[in-house]
Amino acid sequence: MSKPNQEIHNCILDGDAGKTKILAEKIVNAGSNPTEALQPFITAIRHAGDLFDQGEFFLPQLLLSAKAMQAAMDVMFPSSEGKSAARLSRGTVIAGTIQGDIHEIGKNLVCALLSAHGFQVVDLGADVALDRFVQETEQHKPDFLVLSALLTTTMINQKHLIDQLNDKGIRDGVKVLVGGAPVTSDWAEEIGADGYAPDASRAVALAIKLLDA
Amino acid sequence: MTEHTLRPKLTIISDSFVDDIIEEAFAILDKVGIFVENSEAYSLLSEHGAKPIDSGNSVRGTGKLSFPKSLIEDALKSAPRTIQLYDVNGDNEINIGGDEVHFDPGSAALYIHDPSEGRIRKPVTNDLRRFIKLVNKLDNYHIQSTALISSDVPEKCGDSYRLYLALKLGFKPVITGIFEKESFSVMKDMLTSVRGSESALKEKPLAIFDACPSPPLMWSDLTSHSVIEAARAGIPSEFVSMPLTGSTAPITLSGAAVQHAAETLAGVFLAQTAQTGAPVIWGGSPSAMDLRYGTTPMGAIETMMIDMVDVAVGKKLGLPTHAYMGLSDSKGVDYQAGQESGLGIILAALSGVNVVSGPGMMDFESCQSLEKLMLDHEVCGMAYRLLNGISRRDDLMALPLLQSLPKGGHLLTNPHTLKWFREEISFPGKAIDRRARGSDKLEDLQTAEKRAQAEVERLLTEESEPYVSTDVSDELDRLMVEEIKRLGGAGLPK
Repeated sequence: MSKPNQEIHNCILDGDAGKTKILAEKIVNAGSNPTEALQPFITAIRHAGDLFDQGEFFLPQLLLSAKAMQAAMDVMFPSSEGKSAARLSRGTVIAGTIQGDIHEIGKNLVCALLSAHGFQVVDLGADVALDRFVQETEQHKPDFLVLSALLTTTMINQKHLIDQLNDKGIRDGVKVLVGGAPVTSDWAEEIGADGYAPDASRAVALAIKLLDA
Repeated sequence: MTEHTLRPKLTIISDSFVDDIIEEAFAILDKVGIFVENSEAYSLLSEHGAKPIDSGNSVRGTGKLSFPKSLIEDALKSAPRTIQLYDVNGDNEINIGGDEVHFDPGSAALYIHDPSEGRIRKPVTNDLRRFIKLVNKLDNYHIQSTALISSDVPEKCGDSYRLYLALKLGFKPVITGIFEKESFSVMKDMLTSVRGSESALKEKPLAIFDACPSPPLMWSDLTSHSVIEAARAGIPSEFVSMPLTGSTAPITLSGAAVQHAAETLAGVFLAQTAQTGAPVIWGGSPSAMDLRYGTTPMGAIETMMIDMVDVAVGKKLGLPTHAYMGLSDSKGVDYQAGQESGLGIILAALSGVNVVSGPGMMDFESCQSLEKLMLDHEVCGMAYRLLNGISRRDDLMALPLLQSLPKGGHLLTNPHTLKWFREEISFPGKAIDRRARGSDKLEDLQTAEKRAQAEVERLLTEESEPYVSTDVSDELDRLMVEEIKRLGGAGLPK
């Protein structure tokens, strides 16, 4: 690995968003092609994901690596150029905790792990209105819509959202994955989701499997 | 002579360390404050001296409040030191306080582990019936809980329906709670119908309502409502603060305990502002987050250590205590389930936790198992035996017996053995295998789960008389049918 690439690698693995951002800015200021220059960042974040899978990395480290990666992406691919980054990524994801539910730790972990495995993730946060999910799906046409719910009283909104996507005629263009403490594979099947995962690691495995299918 | 030794007790934190935790919790309440999401609670707390920290949402009357130490100290003085609970007939007083230990099944499971299907599934009415009837039969559970959420009634009455069945079919006092603000009223009406009047319910509490603050440092609209209404009705509130280390609370066990204390002290204050002298229990369900999987292990030793510190803090403050211990994260009734639950039950007993919620539960508080409940019950029995300690029955404890023993003799029929064996040795039920080996074939050896399953079915076939009168039972039916219809359901499930 070249010295600059090693530096990028170390910054991502150290979860140092500040230094990663500076390195990304140097690349942009030097006029390099950001799509080509992104490769070492992707190599590093995937390494972070591998370390997590191997039990070498823990969630705080993974979250910081994902944050550092996001800092680089924000500099190298401002929103208008996001599609270039998307082409490089494994797939695009829009994620959020469903309307009425403020719990987002689980969703944050899924987002971090998907990012660490090379997905481009747009995290809409918690208590995300169903209309917003629909708008974002229409606008960005993601590969995956990842919906979290912690409460039995809010998981029903996962169904309502799928109904809305059907009504808008955009359901077939996106794979809907659901998760959260009360959610089960039976529930996913009942509401017509494409998949369910019980935790962040298995959410990544599921997304990769569905992409390869 | 009969001379008892000290009751076995375990302390894992020094007295001065507990004092420091309490002092820092006071500082948090003063300097950081608590976000109060319920407008009535916000008004009550403000009227009693809590100060707005920022503008909050003054329109809705919610926001962050600061609590000077003196306010909390006054509230602590008015909270009762002990609470008495009574069964549905107003008998069998249970004292919650001091170092008394009472076990109850873990509450509000979304799933039931069904050995006949070999999987978990959503519980239905018949599962609750079986669960309640089993708890009736298991003497080491002094309190029942609304342990399962039935999926065959409208979701919004999942809370009241659990209590309805517990009162109709069970006789022990109940630990329960609300999922919807609107449910409190009908649940109180159910309790009142069993006791006969609101004043009788106050005089002889029949249920405890759990109320969980939202970490970090928030009392939600729902739980604040529950605390206020329970205080006014004389129903004990059990505060179940749930700091999650490294996520919604500091990673250090002591830091989590400080946060737990701050959240719970705010609950004590809220209850006392609603009704001076309101009965409250210093409870909790902390968890040492697993930083590999993002899960909330209840069987982690660190989780139990936080529980033990929380309880030490509650005891220092002179309040009745509670902890979520005696449960497991295992997905089956296996070694892990027994190890984690057994450890929790014994540590809780040695710590003198007054209310220990958890038996039967597995998979991170999400699943109940009748078979595990049966096995955990045996551990609770062992815990009670342990708490009885070692007694000195004789001046000379072995010498005269051995002197009188002829060569090759035994003590099996000795009067001394007959006099003391029932006091000295406890005998678990058939779920615990102590028989001699009957077969050399491993496949012939029953598992603990299978033995427990046989015991569960045996106990459930035993007939039992209804505990409440026909009139009360009819009134409970009427209240429940009305509630189900109010929420869009057709009526009681078959």
